Amino acid sequence: MDIWIAAIKIALFILTVLNVVVVLVWMERRVSAFIQDRVGPNRVGPYGLLQSIADVVKLLMKEDIVPKNATKPIHDLAPIISIGVALSTFAVVPFGDTIEIFGREIKLIIADVNVGILYLLAMTSLGVYGITLAGWSSNNKYSLLGSLRSAAQLISYELSMGLAIISVIMISGTLRLDQIVLQQATYIGGWLPAWNALLQPVAFLIFTVAAFAETNRLPFDLPEAEPELVGGYHTEYTGLKFGLFFLAEYANMITASAIITTLFLGGWHFPYLEYLGLSAFWTSLLQVGAFAMKVSFVLLFFIVIRWTLPRFRYDQLMDLGWKVLLPIALVNIVATGIVLVVIPYL
Amino acid sequence: MMQHSKIVRKKDLTFWQQLYIPEILRGMRLTISHIFQPKVTTHYPEEKFNPPPSFRGRPVLVEENGVERCVACGLCSRVCPSLAIEVQAAETELEKERYPVKFEINMVRCIFCGFCEEVCPEEAIVMSQEYELAFTSQEEAIFGKDKLLISAEKLHDRLEFLRKYR
Repeated sequence: MDIWIAAIKIALFILTVLNVVVVLVWMERRVSAFIQDRVGPNRVGPYGLLQSIADVVKLLMKEDIVPKNATKPIHDLAPIISIGVALSTFAVVPFGDTIEIFGREIKLIIADVNVGILYLLAMTSLGVYGITLAGWSSNNKYSLLGSLRSAAQLISYELSMGLAIISVIMISGTLRLDQIVLQQATYIGGWLPAWNALLQPVAFLIFTVAAFAETNRLPFDLPEAEPELVGGYHTEYTGLKFGLFFLAEYANMITASAIITTLFLGGWHFPYLEYLGLSAFWTSLLQVGAFAMKVSFVLLFFIVIRWTLPRFRYDQLMDLGWKVLLPIALVNIVATGIVLVVIPYL
Repeated sequence: MMQHSKIVRKKDLTFWQQLYIPEILRGMRLTISHIFQPKVTTHYPEEKFNPPPSFRGRPVLVEENGVERCVACGLCSRVCPSLAIEVQAAETELEKERYPVKFEINMVRCIFCGFCEEVCPEEAIVMSQEYELAFTSQEEAIFGKDKLLISAEKLHDRLEFLRKYR
């Protein structure tokens, strides 16, 4: 029975993510257009909502071209790795507490792993393989440059990302993501939500910057860098395989937002909801809604930042990663440690 | 002397600016404020661009009292750089004595330079305000007199503009 519940959860989740990607691509294009005083896609369907579906249909009907000198098996494998990693990262993110359906308690998390954060870090590092292999197997200098940049960038920023997570783990004392959320679902001084963004603002900042770098979003989109690299690692991809990369990129964005929400913005915690005195079922539903709202706000933040900051130069990117974020993260860990030691004596 | 914009170096920035975050927030305020500003897009098929009289749309023949002004002198066809105009003259009982039996403009060739209008001694061919020219075949793009003749009242704006500025 449990395996069926898990299967249903996975199916529902994949369906949701695919639909959210469709809406997200539309949202990105509309918001980008609005920021540039344009209108954006508004022809296909109401408010242009079906534009992404039209694009997907177009991608499906495109010819699949593999360059003559490409390493075909790896060229085929790369997008699969990318999308697989992007989708499976989400498995440990709790999108709600528990919900009672037909008398059964169901935990709103796909894989209830006790080392959830380690799994997260491992999966995000695996994402590099998709991009690197894609760039290498394409046998194209631009693809290779893009993938090299991507590898260097992801490895550099993973460090500060990991260190930012460590300072969160230090105050929560657990590697379980659902526990971390539960601890954030309390109040400081009885009224202020104990979200980690407020308890660990520096870690929050570092993690957000690193998340931008990990998802290859502007201002850190050097792996793609359209004007210089003709699109970077996916230059030689067409049709559905390109579509998979595209999907993976947006799925990564969603996952990154979900992780930011879980670790720092209180996850599914809906402040002051318990004072309303709703039934358990409605509380759970509202909590899932709160999680979705928070994730969409972070996604919107991603899009707005894209049009606010210009792309970094490569040396600036490395400077920021190694000379600024890494020391700050280390100092933050030490400071957190000192505070944690001192607090019991106060 | 050329005016140089002030170069901002890192040491010129204040501590607050070097922190980056407040500056990023300021930038975001600007981007977000643009979301709510009016858009510049014209929703084309529904909303059409209304060209000013100086606009050079497709060339047309001016029709006055049911008859074209053209005297078939052939200057327009002579001056046309892309050889888009073909005129065949014939005699008529009217005061102007000559008229074009056949007047064809190949709209695929036309480059909208307006030389025909400039050279015309009778002000008989002018550039109209029409710009929606799409064809599915070469034949369709050859406009004969039936499509070219437009009454002078409809071309009032352009004729007025020519009188004023030429």
